[in-house]
Amino acid sequence: MDTQKYALGPLLNEGLSAEDRDLFSDARPVPYEPYPVAVVEKFVNWVRANSLWLLAFGTGCGAVELNPLMTARFDAYRMGVQMRPTPRQSSVFIIGGYASVKTLKRIIRSYEQMQGPKFVVCLGICPINGGMYWDSYNTVNKFDEYLPVDLYITGCMPRPEVLMAGVLELKKKIMEGRADGANRYVENFDWYKANQKRVIKDWNMPDYNW
Amino acid sequence: MANPIELLQRFGKNFAISEIHEQKADLTFFKVPKEQAVRLLRELRDDAGYTHLAFLTNIDWIEKGIFTLTYMLHNYDARHSLGMHVDLERDNAEMQSIHGLWAQAATYQRELREMYGIRFPGSPRLDEDFCLEGWDQIPPMRKEFDTAAFSLERFYSREGRGTEDPREHMKGLLYPTHTDEPSSGGQ
Amino acid sequence: MQDWPVRIGYFLINLTIVGLYGMLLSGIVARTLAKVQGRIGIPVYQPFIDLLKNLGKRTAVSHGAMFYLGPVFRLAGGIGTLAFVPVLYGSEMFSNFNSAGDLLLAMYFMFFGQLGMAIGAGESGHPFSAIGVARGLGQMTAYEVPFALAIIAIVVQYGSLSINDIVAAQQGGILNWTLFTNPLAVIAAMIAFLGMTGYSPFDVTMAPNEIPIGPPTEYHSSYLAMMTMNRAVFAGAKLILFMDLFFGGATNLVELVIKTWAIYMVAVVVGAAFPRFRVDQSIRFFLRYPTLIGIAAIGYTQAVLLP
Repeated sequence: MDTQKYALGPLLNEGLSAEDRDLFSDARPVPYEPYPVAVVEKFVNWVRANSLWLLAFGTGCGAVELNPLMTARFDAYRMGVQMRPTPRQSSVFIIGGYASVKTLKRIIRSYEQMQGPKFVVCLGICPINGGMYWDSYNTVNKFDEYLPVDLYITGCMPRPEVLMAGVLELKKKIMEGRADGANRYVENFDWYKANQKRVIKDWNMPDYNW
Repeated sequence: MANPIELLQRFGKNFAISEIHEQKADLTFFKVPKEQAVRLLRELRDDAGYTHLAFLTNIDWIEKGIFTLTYMLHNYDARHSLGMHVDLERDNAEMQSIHGLWAQAATYQRELREMYGIRFPGSPRLDEDFCLEGWDQIPPMRKEFDTAAFSLERFYSREGRGTEDPREHMKGLLYPTHTDEPSSGGQ
Repeated sequence: MQDWPVRIGYFLINLTIVGLYGMLLSGIVARTLAKVQGRIGIPVYQPFIDLLKNLGKRTAVSHGAMFYLGPVFRLAGGIGTLAFVPVLYGSEMFSNFNSAGDLLLAMYFMFFGQLGMAIGAGESGHPFSAIGVARGLGQMTAYEVPFALAIIAIVVQYGSLSINDIVAAQQGGILNWTLFTNPLAVIAAMIAFLGMTGYSPFDVTMAPNEIPIGPPTEYHSSYLAMMTMNRAVFAGAKLILFMDLFFGGATNLVELVIKTWAIYMVAVVVGAAFPRFRVDQSIRFFLRYPTLIGIAAIGYTQAVLLP
């Protein structure tokens, strides 16, 4: 990969006050390359696909569709899906419906704290084009301008069955090695950051939350 | 427990209560001038049993140039709600704070400050961000604020968005051959 | 006395077997609980997949030196416990490094892992970690009391601090087990065991719904994998220790699997049936009847068994 492209110098962290700036890392995220041996990468992708840990962060009304997923009726555990309460340990971020600007800030923080490889699944119509909130003063309309999305599940609201179909589709994508949202985020880091800062006016966090 | 109309008439000796309107058996609205509002709220709470502030909200009458604050009180013993309307000037709207009567009113007042720009001097944490963070426009719930234009300008819109009239659309889907005109031949 | 390299090689074999068994056990238990709840549940090999996934993560963020050392200490605690517990009685290969006072060492190592974890989790700076650590240490101090009393009772009973001697004394028939010769001590120790496994009602340390998952909140990737491995090894070591002390030990692997599984199921069944205690409730619980039973066990040993 072109290393020159990422040698852009440290992040400025302009949103932080001077004394806080020392407390946060100013390193840029770097993209990740697959394991050099194809078989190993393939095996690891299979492992990743079969151990999807969802971040239990309900970001909108769609979060109510996540809970039945773990109950006896749908039982997503049998597909390797688990809820993890902390972003550090989870690998899948489900954007459950509309994302308001205030939530978007928390979504970005949580997403950046997740450890790669990480995947974003958008649930419902709202992250795609705003849905019924398209003319709201506080709902972002195109979610993929702010974070890279690996899979969309549309509907208002999608039933848990659709969510399960989405999980299977995500598995397929991961196994084929096509779910590389985290790398896209890093490669187009400045573009994503500019978009995020355009809507989040009170940017008071580090530019990348390690 | 006295009839709420009688109650309001009794209070009407000391307060300029107007526009009493019985919405339902358990809900009555009335209007008082701004200067008497807080005094009346205190008497309703302490003397008449309306101890619960259910909510505090605002109506924007942009044509008349006024805001109408609505204080919704509830009496648990009588199972009756009273809605008190208070008119404010729309420009530089300001109202006395009632966080001393109900502590939770401070949150409503914060919200009204953010969404309509109504000031409540003395209310705690009034100027902190509530739902909106880093808002740089006029308060978004005021009617002169054009949310659609703002959304287009700030969040862009994705192409390919269409609208259908739900009635026509579902009719076409469910009854493709049906027409609304009565059929000429009869059934 | 054998050569050290051979004994270390044997110990590594033990460690692998116990680790794999512990992982498998957690898969089986999750599956069992799923059946109780009317679900299909995870595949039994899911813990292995999760472990590999965590090892295969591409990034890992550190919060300082002690953050690294937390899982290391914890794993050292798990391995250390196992190192001094004879896995199979009468087998040279599965006897580990047992010696005269190994019971004390094993008890010490059980404590050591928790303390290391406490320091490491504290370094991560997450408030939920600190809350979880405080709860965990408080609860541990409480359940150590009945456990230590039960250990004292059986040490007095058998007159030895060597686990091997204690197992040897229980050989020759089911009625020679501590379970039947000194039931009070076993009851006290088994209640303490419920606290050690961390299933409900004593899962306030992890408390998935209130303080996300307690101490390991900030741990991820290979750190988390290390802690998962430790959980497996530690669970295995604890089960074997309990089996050795109270249930007559094991002379072959099949007996080992059956007995440890049965002991583990006690905690699982209790966990499936009871809701969670608050931390003050659980401390109060341990310091009340289990402690009294432990004291009674010592008295019983002194008055009835020894004369």
